[in-house]
Order: sequence, then C-alpha cells, then structure tokens
Amino acid sequence: MSTPDLLYTEAEDDLRAAVRSLLTDRCPPATVLSEAESGRAHDPALWRSLGTEMGTAGLLVPDKLGGQGATAREAAVVMEELGRAVAPVPYLTSAVVAVGAVLGCDTGEAAVARLLGALAEGRTVGALAVPAATTPGAAAPAATVRLDGDGTLSGRIPHVAGAAGADVLLVPADGPDGYGLYAVETTEASVSVEPLTSLDLTRPLAAVTLTGAPARRLAEADRAQAAVVRALLTGAGLLASEQLGVAEWCLTETVRHTKERHQFGRPVGSFQALKHRMAALYLELVSARATARHAADALAADSADIPVAVAVAQAYCGQVAVHAAEECVQLHGGIGMTWEHPAHLYLKRAKSAETLFGTPGRHRQALADLLDLPAPTG
Amino acid sequence: MSTPETARDTTAVDADGLRSRTRAFLEAHPPATTDRLDFLRARFDAGLAWVHYPVGLGGLDAPRSLQAVVDAELEAAGAPDNDPRRIGIGLGMAAPTILGFGSEEQRQRLLRPLWTGEEVWCQLFSEPGAGSDLAALATRAVRDGDDWVVDGQKVWTSSAHLARWAILIARTDPDLPKHRGITYFVCDMTDPGVEVRPLRQITGEAEFNEVFLTGVRIPDSRRLGEIGEGWRVAQTTLMNERVAIGGGRVPREGGMIGLVSETWRDRPELRTHDLHQRLLRLWVDVEAARLAGERLGQQLAVGQPGPEGSAMKLAFARLNQEISALEVELLGEEGLLYDDWTLRRPELVDFTGREAGYRFLRAKGNSIEGGTSEVLLNIIAERVLGLPPEPRTDKDVPWKDLPR
Repeated sequence: MSTPDLLYTEAEDDLRAAVRSLLTDRCPPATVLSEAESGRAHDPALWRSLGTEMGTAGLLVPDKLGGQGATAREAAVVMEELGRAVAPVPYLTSAVVAVGAVLGCDTGEAAVARLLGALAEGRTVGALAVPAATTPGAAAPAATVRLDGDGTLSGRIPHVAGAAGADVLLVPADGPDGYGLYAVETTEASVSVEPLTSLDLTRPLAAVTLTGAPARRLAEADRAQAAVVRALLTGAGLLASEQLGVAEWCLTETVRHTKERHQFGRPVGSFQALKHRMAALYLELVSARATARHAADALAADSADIPVAVAVAQAYCGQVAVHAAEECVQLHGGIGMTWEHPAHLYLKRAKSAETLFGTPGRHRQALADLLDLPAPTG
Repeated sequence: MSTPETARDTTAVDADGLRSRTRAFLEAHPPATTDRLDFLRARFDAGLAWVHYPVGLGGLDAPRSLQAVVDAELEAAGAPDNDPRRIGIGLGMAAPTILGFGSEEQRQRLLRPLWTGEEVWCQLFSEPGAGSDLAALATRAVRDGDDWVVDGQKVWTSSAHLARWAILIARTDPDLPKHRGITYFVCDMTDPGVEVRPLRQITGEAEFNEVFLTGVRIPDSRRLGEIGEGWRVAQTTLMNERVAIGGGRVPREGGMIGLVSETWRDRPELRTHDLHQRLLRLWVDVEAARLAGERLGQQLAVGQPGPEGSAMKLAFARLNQEISALEVELLGEEGLLYDDWTLRRPELVDFTGREAGYRFLRAKGNSIEGGTSEVLLNIIAERVLGLPPEPRTDKDVPWKDLPR
C-alpha cells in the first residue's frame, strides 16, 4: 500500500473555488429552501451551470469518452462544496454513481460510450436503480427486477435516490442468463417513477416500478456485478466528502452564531459548556477530513485498500455530519428549530445521508469481515 | 568557530550536500570502531546533530526537514544515536529555549552535553498549586547579590532523579500580575538545596518526581531571558513540547488497538456482542485519528502546519482510555489481575510492554499530562475557532492578592 496523499492539490483548490463561487451566487440557503418547496426533484438551471457548463458532470469520465479525465479526488472536492451548500443537484447519483456504473461496462460498445458521453455532459441525468440504503459489499445486491423473455424489465425498487428527475435508470436485473445491468428510459410509459415525500428535502427518494419496460443491456454476469459494486463503493466513498462539507457548514455557522448571539450579557460562545462542544466537533472534523481524503485517494489510485478506506470513511463521516447538524440546531437555540433557518436542511441531509449506501453500523459490520474481527458466534 | 568541518558551506544545506557530508563524516569516524560518546561528540561538532541549529552549535543552519537525510545515512551505517527518547525533555524543550534565549556562553556550555545525553535535563514548571493555571506558580526566586535564592516545590518532574540540569520558572516579583512576575532559570540539580522524591502514581510505579527547592542558589548568569520575561520564554518551551508530542507516523493497527485486535482474533471465547460493537467503533475512531495524524504530518512536510496538533493529543487521550478500558473487560477474569504493584522507576512509558490493567491506569494520565483535555478544548475553541474567551478575573491583579 503506497502512502496516500491526504492533502488538496492546487488544481483541487482551484476547482473548489470555482464551485464555491457558483454555489454562493446561485445556491444560497433561501434558494435551496424555495427549490425544495417547488416539488422539483432538483434545480435544473443550477445543474446545467454546474454539471454541463462547468464540466463537473464529466470529471470521472476519461477525456476520450467525452469527460474531463479527472479522478475521485477532484470529484470529492466538488462533493464537499455541494455538501456545504446542501445543493439540490444530482451530482452524487448521476455524475458519481451512474457514471461509475457505466464506466464499469465495456466502454468500447457504442451504446455504452454514447450513454457515458451524455452523462458526462450533464445533459442526461442518470441514476442507479438500487435501494437507497444498499451497502457496498463484495457482491452486488440481489436484483429485485426480472428480465422477461421479450427483453423487457419488470419489478419494483421502492426507495431509489436520484430516480426522480433522472432521464435514464441503470437497473440491475436477473434474467434467464443471470444477472445483468440494463438502461431504461424514464420517458417510457411502462416506467413509473413516483417521487416520495422524503426526510431530505434536497435529495428526495422515488419509488421505481417497471412493468414490461424496454431495456438495453449494458453488461452481464460478473462484469455487471463488478460495475455495480464499484459504483456503490465510489458513491459511498465520495458521500463521505459531502458529509464533511455538511459538517463544515454546520460548525462554521454555529461558531459564527454563538460569537454574535448575546445572553446574560456575553456572547453565548464564550461559555465553556458551548465552546467545548464546538471544539469537540472540530476534532471530529479533523478526522473526518482525513478519512474522506483517504477514501477519495484510494478510489483515485484504484488501491486494494478501497473497501476498508470507504467503510472507515462512511462509518466515521456519516455520524460526524449528523452530530454537527444536531449541534447546529441545538446551539442556535430557538432559531435553529424554525423552517426559516437553513439548519434543518442540513440536519435532514445529514440524517438521510447517514443511511444512504449503508448506515455507519453496516459499514462497521463490513469492516468486521474485511479486518477479520468477527462477531461472536451463538 | 569556523573549523574546517563546521564552516558555512553552501553545498551542505541541500540534500545531496548533506548526504556527502555525512558519508565523509562516517568515513572519518567509523561507527564500528569509534567509542559511542566520541562518535556523538564528533557528530555534534560536525554540525550533523540537528542540522537546523546554527553552525558551531551542532547544526549547519539547514532546513529542519533535511535532518532526515542525515539520519538515514547514519542509520544505514549502523551509527549509534543519542537515545532521543531518554533525553526528550532536553532535546524537545530545554534546547530550543536555550537556543532562543540563552547567552552565547550558555549555548556553548549547555547544548553539546545536552545533545549527546551526557547531561540529562528535567523541567521544573508544574507545582501542586499551579497545574492548568501554570502562571499562578508560587516558587519564589529572591535576588541576593549575584545569585537568586529559590524556595518552593515542583511536581510531575520526569527524569529529575537522573538530571544534571533543570529548566525552572519561578516568581521574582509577587507585586505584579501573575504572568509578568516570572523569570526563567537554568537550575543545577546537584545543588544541595535540591531534594528529589519519587512521586508514586496510580500504576504503582514512579515515572515522575516531586522536587523540593530549599535555599537553592542560582547565579544570575544562569537566567534565560530578561527578569520578568519568564512566561514568554516558557511559551517557547511549551510550544516545542506540543510539536514533540504531535509527531510520528503510525501504521494501521499500530499501538494499543493492534493489541486488542490480536486478542480478539486469537481468542474467540472472549467475544461478546457488546464488546464487538465497541471494538469496531474504536477501530474506526483510531484509524480516523491515525489518518488525521498522517495528514498533519503531510501538511508539516509541505510547510503548511495546521492547528490540528492539539486536536490529535485530545483524540489520542480519549482513544487510549477507551481501548484500554475495553481490553480489561475483554480479558474477563484475567483482566482482574495486575502484573506488578512494586514501586518501579521506569525511564520510558511503554504502553504495549505491560499488561491491560497497567494500560488502563496509565492512560488516565493522557488527558491530564501536557495540558488537560479541558484546557486543550478551550485552546481549540479560542485559538482555532476564534470563540470569545471566558471573562477573566485574575489577569490584572497582583499575584500576591490572588485567592489561593
């Protein structure tokens, strides 16, 4: 195992600055809130600027396939910024996970390359149609959709992240020839994507029902399995960076608020009982950043350590984001409990993201296997 | 000061220059046939002791990061080292302070035997009445002709029973507010007024001492810095203490978590569901802290030191305590035993060399020594996060009027 680079490069810093500047301008908290109330799955204009015009949708796609040829390290920096802004864009579900799944297929096939190019440009939004809480493991999750003899797909996946607002669903399905990964257009009448009222207002879930949906096979058997596994690992690994961004915003805003807010004739941030809580959160952030960078670097380097690095980052960062958001609400006092203040958007994102791609407990369970620290038998 | 070996030479301050200089030194002083102490003294005189120190004081005015080049060459040649863990207080705390505030005469007299380990140093800072609030210290130094006469009690002094010298802070003006009436001295530990007693701790052993100072005479020539400037001088010492505590790369499952993980793997009969959950949580927390330490090291290496150092100490204190507590439980009835309560005087703390009960007890000190976790949280809150300080009632009051 080579030494991981846990810092940010200059190019990564520049990318961060560009994304932050766009989000500061186009995605302030009030906009996020009104977007969340609009009933739309994501903000299409913001996605066009961020994904297509800035080119972030294609970061993980090689140049020759129409992308930017960057790595998970750069995508992780984008994720941090999106977390800081709780931005309602399908970056994780489309530009990271869907792209990750298609990259695992044979990109020499014209249909695969075409889909990848469209996802890389951001003009097509994709989503991997698996249960939102699927934990990456050694094997892909069992398919709940079946391929029928006529080449169509039928089945139901009740809670899919990023499906609402997606143009293409990447659907794992079992058929007479075994497991495969298929592309399904959401415009088909036989495809129902039903948005669900979700805890996270900024990344709602949808129920996907396929009833004889026409499908294009992208990969089969082991290749399809591996593509799904890698997509989930990439999604889980980079979600840690988003969680870091969420936690960072929560701590920064809490510090700012408690410096300004006066009670008992002092800034409330001067009371040790509060200071210690914020300092403790800072400690968690220091470690969270290290685990998130470690996971991103492992993914970028295609290291053998990916499963451990991702599980550690997820087991750690998921809880840190939730803790930060809870402290943010509590230390803001009454204002933190209002609909008007953005703290709730972060709390909802953090709590949902904790379960997305597996809870911290699931990731610890994965580590028990990976590290040979087995549970007691009996 | 300009002997041929120590003359300022531009080729010496880059890595290649240092490498060839070190090789030439090794040729002139073959480790296999050179007496250890002679070798160390010669290494100091060649400027290869700590290359970032000035020429003539064991260094070459080179960047600190280049020391690794020298160390690698010496290690490859099987050269003896100065046993840095044994003389950590001298190297990490006394030396930078002497370099920063000492007179030329003091530097010339003290630094060479300090570095070679011929003279061990200890630190006389903490007192029974001045722990976290170190600036409240009560040890008095009263001027008497060319000397200062020192009376008081110091505590938690490691190596005092081995030490030739001590760095000492004492109150020289009780009429000033506490931070302003302190002066910094070098104290001769062989003075008849110095009495060292082992301080037995909850582990049964005595890593530390109490030091009683009764009419100790310190010549004014052994003062470091100006009269009344001792607090500022001490900041240099303490800052270097944090640097010294923060460093070091650790492999995955290095340290205590590795011991517990091995026990878990080897002894299935000890496993319970509760311990399993806790072990996995701790494993993740330890790995996260290890990566954070690695990241801090990478920041330092590229010259971007972050404020994360104090965070690391806090994290490791908590983790050591939780892991060792878990280990005692994991071992069941074996965990109820203790290896040895006799009063021993270890020179080094070795967490992994003894049994679980020792680790459990010794780890309790991790959140107290070198700054309590509570004080470190304040430091992070105020200096890193910029939160406002608590109102202070003791800053502008003469020390003698403070309640004690």
